[in-house]
Amino acid sequence: MLKKIVAGLMLSCSISAAALAQEPKMGGVINAVIQPEPPSLMLAMIQNGPTQMVAGNIYEGLLRYSPKLEPQPGLAESWTISDDAKVYTFHLKKGVTWHDGKPFTSADVLFSIDMLKQTHARARGNMMQVEKVEAPDDYTVVFTLKQPFGPFIGIFEVGSMPMFPKHIYEGTDFKTNAANNAPIGTGPFMFKEWKKGAYIHLVKNPNYHVKGKPYIDEIYWQVIPDAAARSVAFETGKVDVLPGGSVENFEVPRISKLKNTCVTGAGWEFFSPLAWMWLNNRSGPTANKKFRQAVMYAVDREFAKDVIWNGYAKIATGPSSSTLKYYTADVLKYPYDPAKAKALLKEAGYKGEKVRLQPLPYGETWQRWGEAVKQNLQDVGINVEMIATDVAGSNQRIGDWDYDIAFSYLYQYGDPALGVGRNYVSSQIVKGQQFNNVEGYSNPEIDKLFADGAVATPDSKRKEIYEKAQKILVEDVPVAWQLELQFPTITHCQIKNLITTAIGVNDGFRDAWIDK
Amino acid sequence: MLSFIAQRIVKGVIVLLAIVVLNFFLIRLAPGDPAVVMAGEAGASDQVFVAQLREKFGLDKPLPEQLYRYVKGIVTFDLGFSFRQQMPVSQLILERLPATLLLTLTAFAISLIFGILFGMLAARFAGTWADTAITVLALIFYATPLFWIALIAILVFSVWMDWLPSFGYETVGANYTGFAHVLDVGAHLIMPAMTIGFFFMATYTRMTRASMLEVKRLDFVKTARAKGVSDAVIQRRHILRNALLPVVTLAGLHSGTLIGGAVLTETVFAWPGIGRLMYDALIQRDYNLLLGVFVVCSAMVLIFNLITDLVYRAVDPRINYTS
Repeated sequence: MLKKIVAGLMLSCSISAAALAQEPKMGGVINAVIQPEPPSLMLAMIQNGPTQMVAGNIYEGLLRYSPKLEPQPGLAESWTISDDAKVYTFHLKKGVTWHDGKPFTSADVLFSIDMLKQTHARARGNMMQVEKVEAPDDYTVVFTLKQPFGPFIGIFEVGSMPMFPKHIYEGTDFKTNAANNAPIGTGPFMFKEWKKGAYIHLVKNPNYHVKGKPYIDEIYWQVIPDAAARSVAFETGKVDVLPGGSVENFEVPRISKLKNTCVTGAGWEFFSPLAWMWLNNRSGPTANKKFRQAVMYAVDREFAKDVIWNGYAKIATGPSSSTLKYYTADVLKYPYDPAKAKALLKEAGYKGEKVRLQPLPYGETWQRWGEAVKQNLQDVGINVEMIATDVAGSNQRIGDWDYDIAFSYLYQYGDPALGVGRNYVSSQIVKGQQFNNVEGYSNPEIDKLFADGAVATPDSKRKEIYEKAQKILVEDVPVAWQLELQFPTITHCQIKNLITTAIGVNDGFRDAWIDK
Repeated sequence: MLSFIAQRIVKGVIVLLAIVVLNFFLIRLAPGDPAVVMAGEAGASDQVFVAQLREKFGLDKPLPEQLYRYVKGIVTFDLGFSFRQQMPVSQLILERLPATLLLTLTAFAISLIFGILFGMLAARFAGTWADTAITVLALIFYATPLFWIALIAILVFSVWMDWLPSFGYETVGANYTGFAHVLDVGAHLIMPAMTIGFFFMATYTRMTRASMLEVKRLDFVKTARAKGVSDAVIQRRHILRNALLPVVTLAGLHSGTLIGGAVLTETVFAWPGIGRLMYDALIQRDYNLLLGVFVVCSAMVLIFNLITDLVYRAVDPRINYTS
């Protein structure tokens, strides 16, 4: 009884202390894990997760996005969209400087767009909708589109369209520019040192354009290649932040229970990673629609969610995540039903041909998931062979369409036109790509729907189009959707306000502070 | 002796070039290339992107031309450029080599010194409890996997006791200098060096023990003893010196594997060495970097073998270099 009272008192104390401590405190050092070590911090050319995570502190985009994906000011202070939805005018913030002291102007924006069109696959795709970009003065940038493009306002975050200093990159070979190893941006933190194999050191930008920010003095991104060692580093207090995916998923429940540990699933709204299995629509048993439907019924996704991912996931209902615009749950459902799967296999005329299953070579969790699915498929009589590969081998096989069933997960970038359509439209069937339509699904109706959906106005019309597309796709099962993944960010609780936008840790630590 | 060394160096260079050519083709047998890996990591890719990367890596050129360029570079001591890491390969390796050398040479020294010492003690007190204890311990260290030892060491000394840091080369951000820095690096060095060192120590212990017991029975030892030479001198000059030859041979072979073989330990302890660099380069198909690490490791093996041969002579002057 006494214990309960004491505990209750302590709880109320800590609550009031927390309530008092809402005013951010200045100073301090944050140690965070970075995994794997990024190849470079040059965001225009390298787009992998770790690069975005560190470089998001150094570079900035024109806009940021709230967890509900509403655009917010970044390097652009305000913006207007013309009535015909074809002209986007951005007013840049005045008084913004690069880390070397030079002012940031519209010339930098024009230059960055040019550069990204050469080096950044996703930006190149997005900019295809743009007829011209102009800068009437130093602080105004005007995009004129070829036609209205629904998701256009959603492509300005730091990973999709980072800004680079014209005075440093213009006229140089982007690949070998010395600034690639000592990046110069406008962001809240400046690059200080990179000890390869050990850490990346960033320091506060004293001239940051948001007055009073950032609060933190220094960030050390520590490179710790072993997953178990990363948990230990957190447990012993040597690092304070484990960004999503830093530790194996089965470690998360244990670490969450350690004292002074805070866990959040927020900060993935823009990416909404959706895991599925590519099913080769071209050849083999998986070319048969009934076989693919059988796979959907055969796999126990509840089990995968609860056991493999420890509940840090949501069962996917189709090509769009539930967090995405124009999502609908009103589609054909595929509950776990081995009997139905067997019946469908019989209808499909499956004779026990060997089916190759390729798990994702991204660590233990994925390996186990592959094994669980193998078991599920064998239970309904599918003859499964597991293929072991490393990352390069896996990418190559998928790009060469040399697989039957292969795991992957893709980002959706906040809009079906950016992150969903690419996986199903036939124009994206290109050998050698490891993403987009590698399953080889081709349906003129779907092609038309996604083409219309991107440019339709107003939003209600887009909604109608995308809902229809979802229904057709779920019926056809071009890929076997599995889970909407959540990669929890784990921190020591004195780190406050780390995640404030839809891209989470990738948006830099500009709002974070330490409650000492 | 100088001509011996010169001869060995010439042979070594030829072997090194053969290794380069062989490795060049072996790596390319693995599926995927750096462009495929990088495009995959980007999470979105189009044909232009992959083609650009291939061009950047020089992978669009025919294979013989790639080989010719590479070998030409090697001959002029240019290990090429790692496009992935945006740095010259030689710079990357030079930055990481000292950490590996510190780790492996410490481990090597620990294993040799304590291995020979324990082996001597075991042989000297053969059949007693001390011998049994040493032999059993050596067997345990020999049979236990490295990574398990490493994990248990971390659990005990970092998590439970909080005596030793669990990862890294130094305390990041502490900016220690002078003696404080040496102490700091030393604290970080203990666990990884022990992890590698224990296995080899066990080997040398058993080898020294067996070898000493064998030499002990030989006639010249009996003669020395009959002449009334003191026990300490017999142990040191008559038995140990002769018993050490097989240990030196084995240590010479091990010295090569020590350089490249630290991959696992470097990974578990986040030690910023060349083993991890090699592993990352392999996973990422960073051809130039991987070949560069191979070249440096091969060169190390050749150098260590040469040193071993020189140590032979110091241990046993009867060994002749001219033959």
